[in-house]
Formats: sequence, C-alpha cells, structure tokens
Amino acid sequence: MGRYTARRLLQFIPVILGTLFLLHYLQTLSFQINGNPIRALFGDRQPPQETIDNITRAYGLDDPCLEQPGNPCLGMFVDRLKNLATGNFGQDFNGRDVLTLIVEALPFTLKMTFLAVVFEAVIGIVAGVLAGLRKDKLTDNVVRISTTLVISVPIFVLGVLVQIFLGLYFGNWLKTREVPDALKATFSVAYQEDYPWASLVIPAFVLGALSLGFIARLTRTSLIESLRSDYVRTARAKGLKQSRVVGVHALRNSLIPVVTFIGIDIGALMGGALITEGIFNIPGIGGLTFRSIRNGETPVILAVVTLLTLVFLVASLLVDLLYAVLDPRIRYE
Amino acid sequence: MSDFSQPMPGHQPAIEGEATRGGNEPPSGKKRKSGGKSLWADARSDLLRSPMFVTALLILLVVLSWAVVPGVWATQGRTECDIGESNLPPTWWPFSLPPGITEDRLVDGHLFGTTTLGCDMYSEIIYGARPSIIVAVTVTLFTVLIGTTLGILSGYFGGWTDTIISRITDIVLGLPFLLGALVFLALLKSQGIIPLTIVLVALGWTSMSRIVRGSVLSLRDQDFVDAARAMGASNSRIILRHILPNSLGPVIVLATLYVGSFVAAEATLTFLGVGLPQGETLSWGITIQEGQNLATAGFSHLLVFPCIALILTVLSFILMGDKLRDALDPKGR
Repeated sequence: MGRYTARRLLQFIPVILGTLFLLHYLQTLSFQINGNPIRALFGDRQPPQETIDNITRAYGLDDPCLEQPGNPCLGMFVDRLKNLATGNFGQDFNGRDVLTLIVEALPFTLKMTFLAVVFEAVIGIVAGVLAGLRKDKLTDNVVRISTTLVISVPIFVLGVLVQIFLGLYFGNWLKTREVPDALKATFSVAYQEDYPWASLVIPAFVLGALSLGFIARLTRTSLIESLRSDYVRTARAKGLKQSRVVGVHALRNSLIPVVTFIGIDIGALMGGALITEGIFNIPGIGGLTFRSIRNGETPVILAVVTLLTLVFLVASLLVDLLYAVLDPRIRYE
Repeated sequence: MSDFSQPMPGHQPAIEGEATRGGNEPPSGKKRKSGGKSLWADARSDLLRSPMFVTALLILLVVLSWAVVPGVWATQGRTECDIGESNLPPTWWPFSLPPGITEDRLVDGHLFGTTTLGCDMYSEIIYGARPSIIVAVTVTLFTVLIGTTLGILSGYFGGWTDTIISRITDIVLGLPFLLGALVFLALLKSQGIIPLTIVLVALGWTSMSRIVRGSVLSLRDQDFVDAARAMGASNSRIILRHILPNSLGPVIVLATLYVGSFVAAEATLTFLGVGLPQGETLSWGITIQEGQNLATAGFSHLLVFPCIALILTVLSFILMGDKLRDALDPKGR
C-alpha cells in the first residue's frame, strides 16, 4: 500500500505538469495566431500604441515568443507555474484578481455540486438496489428504461426542458396556490438570491441526472453479480436474514465501483455545472466562465479551467488511493 | 522480418481472425442455428431479432437520410421563410398558446410550427441534421483510427512505446472532456465544423486507446498469437490479421456509443456558443439555443421539437451500442 501510494503520487506529477503545459501551450498558440488580446479590449476604438504596450506589459504579454507561431514559450510556462504555486492566478481585464472572482463564485458551485452528488448517490443507489433485487421484474425494467433515457439526454437539453416544464409551467401554476415561498423559489426559471438552497435544488437535479443514471446501472449490475457469488450463498446458508445478507454482505462489496465512479464523476460535474449555471443564471464558476468566454478574457478562462482541472486530478488520485483501501483483493505491486 | 504469406489484395483479414475462434462460416446465419457459427453471424441474427435494435437502426437511417438528402424530406426551402408567420406553434398544439398569439393566426402546413424567422420548424430540423452527423461521424472515424492505432502499438509492443503513449493519454484525460473542449474552442476563437472536429478528436481518442490497449494486452499472449509468431509471421502481420480482428468487437461498440455522444457534444458546444457559428449553418444546437430565450417567455414549441430530434438520435445510438455490446459479448450468452 505504501509503495503503491508513493508510486501513484510520483506518476501524478508528470500528468499534472503535462496538463498544465497543454493549457499553457494552447493559450500561447491562441495569442500567436489571433494576435494580442489586449487590442480586442478596445473594440473599434484605436488607442495610441503606447497605451496598448503599457497594458500588454502589465499583463506580462510582451514576451517576444508570443510573436513566433509554434514557439511553446517555456519561460512563460515556468513563470506561470511559479505564480500558481504562490496562489497568483493573474488578473482579469478589469484589473480584478481572478482568485477573488473565483472565491466569490465558488460557494454557489460548491452548494450545487454537493446537492447533485447527494441526489445522484442516494436516488441512484436506491434505484439500482431495487432493480438489482428484482431482476427482470417491473421495477427493474422501469429503472433500466428510465436510466437509458436519462443517459441519452444531453445535459443542456434536460436543463432547458426542465426549466420550461418545472420552472415555467409548473412554477406559474404554483404561484397561484397557497404554498410556502421556499417551494415557489424551488420551482422557478432562475436562481433566487433569497433562497440560496431551495432554488438550487432543480439545477442540482439536472446536473446530477446523467450520473444518477450511471450510478443506478452500475449498482444494479454489481449487486446482481455479488448476489450470485459464493460468499452470499454462504451467508444465506448460515441462516442470516435477507436484509443482512443484502445490506452487509452483497451491497457493501458492490458499492466499491460506485464510490469510484462518484469520485471520478467530479470532473463531469464541473463541466456540467458550467451548463446548468448558464441556463439557470446562477452566479457561480460557470457564470464566470460564460462571461469570460463572451468577453474573450483568457486569463479568467484559463485560471478557472486550471483550477477545475487540478480539483479533478486530485479527486481521481484520491479515488485511486481509496480504491486500494476499500478493496483488499486489489494488489498493486 | 521474412513473411511468406502477405495478405492478398482484397483478402479480408477479418475472416482469418474469426477462424482463430474456431469454426467460421461466411454469414449464413439462418441456415445453421447453432454451433460453428462465427461470433459475428451469431451477433447479427441476435440483433435482427431484437425489436429495439431494429427500431433504433431505422431511426438512425432516417436521420442519416436527412443529413444526406435533406431536400427529399423538407417541405420548405431553407430561405422560404415568412417573417409574418414567426414563432407560431403548430395548429395541433395542445398547450396554451404563447402570449400575443391568437388561434386565428395559426397557419396550416407547419407540422411543428414556425421559428423566429418564420421558417418551417420541421424543415429546419431536417436541415440541422447534416452538420451534427458530419461532425459526429468524422470525429468518430478519426477517434477510432487514432485510438486503435495507439492502443495497439502501446498494448502490443509494451515497454517505452507503452509508457510514452500511456502518459500522453493520462495528460489528455486530465482535462475533463467538456471543459477541455470549451477552453480549446474559446481560445482558438474560430468556429465551424473543422475546428470543432479537430478539438473533439484531440480530446476524444483517449478512452478508445485505453480500451484497445486493454484488449490487445489480453490477446498478445494467447496461443494463436504465439502460433503465428512461431510460424514466422511478422509483427505487422500478427497485428493486422490476428490482433486487430479480435479486438474489433469493443471498438465497434464504443464507436457506436461515441457517435451518439459526439452528436450530443456538438449540440452542447454549439449551444454554449463555441461550436458551430450561428447564422451561417443550421444545427440542432443552434435551433435549441435560439429557442431557449423565447421558450421561457412561453414559446415552448421552439424548444421542444429540436430537443426531441436530438434526444431520439442520441438515444438510438446508445441503444444500438448497448445491444451490440450484449450481442458481441460471449459471456452474456
């Protein structure tokens, strides 16, 4: 276990450097191809060359290698790594610290991701267990069909459809009824500041739906597999109660892949959060990225993606280590 | 290396690959019910008997014909729009009419109503199929090509080749797919089918390469490969005639699933404003994006119909992939 952890950590370093370099190289290429992004700030106006030069220098974009297409600008990469190590993510074009922007936006995204994970884990596992216990019966078929359907609906389609039917039609109908305001906030087309949790429920549902489908399927298959295995037969033969056989012997083992999936899924949730936040107008990381894409603010886009990629990589690393702890059959030597 | 039996031109390597499984007959599935049939013939007769597979296949053939010959299906040319008839729901619309639109304004002849510019929604959906299908199919082809080549090289030769290819795979996998595509396209600042295809291929080949590598690793040391090597077959011959045909099953399954997910990815990125350019091309992502704002104002038909087209297409690919996997998996029999 110790050696495995050490090896896995050592492997982690080139991967993280490589991914960061990929992002860096893309940005330099984009500057080399599209020209100085500072010019775009002024739109149609023609500022004096001096102003452009000053701003360019202030953002550290005056490196001559940015004018040589294909040059990887290794010096800039090293500088960037140093900045990242000290927590300096640069500034956006309004002169605000990108880190501050991210810190302000993060709570919304974290809340929504948290709700989504709870939601997909609880409902997904329950649905998977019900389907696995009643294989080929009605419950199983319902779960199988509905998960296939959920998996095939792209997240933005689910988002806009849910927004229309639950937010607009059902929400409008609800407004004329005597119900608590929190419930009204839950079913609305956009995020409402007064109800920070309630109005995140539906977006979180949309965000977690795809993974819910995968978790339900995964739980179902692995539960069916463990129910057939010898140790479950032994447990039954010992005369244990059904609930104990399923709950302790079968389920605990079949949840290992599910736990892994939830960990790896964080990357998908991050990507999905951009879409759901855009659709439901939530002022989180996704909203920030949207605005930056529209304004061409590469420092912000890059900082956010770097941060999310780091989160994703660390999460995968933790899952890998957790996997070794959870499943004693796995040997990594 | 000497190789006395180069494949004859036109000789299908797949046949010999199947022969190694023991007993191969050219597809004559119906005459012989069991035994002696190849995996593929077996799978084919299985699949043709599955109503779900046949339905999905038919839907996909229809969508494909939309992409190839849209003129046959469409009831209106791309520019034959009447701005006076904008945003009308179809005459059979069961829900309440959008604000400002009265019963007597509805026009016959528009199966799914009209778009904001007064074009026929049904025809617009038909025209929108082409870019989605072109992107998805091209991306899948390149993904299969790159992924299979790298997967085979890394699995078959092992050693340094494997280390380098696997580390590159790790680095690319370090970027979450959607997030990576978003940042690539936002930085490249160019929209259109070609940049979109390049970015999706660049990020998409990794899981294909992983899976092929896995199956090549399990094939590499099997008896029939050893036998071929003992007979003096060169590496290229072993790869082309023994390894490749036998690892084709998972590749085909994955490719089918990929086409579906790339259709979804194209629409998602276009919806986010970094995929296909708005105005020049028609695509489902664009139609959905245009419909989204008005849909929250009550014009939900602008959203519902293109969403249904997209969902049906993606669903069909996923169902086909699932059924193929079941049919090609000998353990599932």
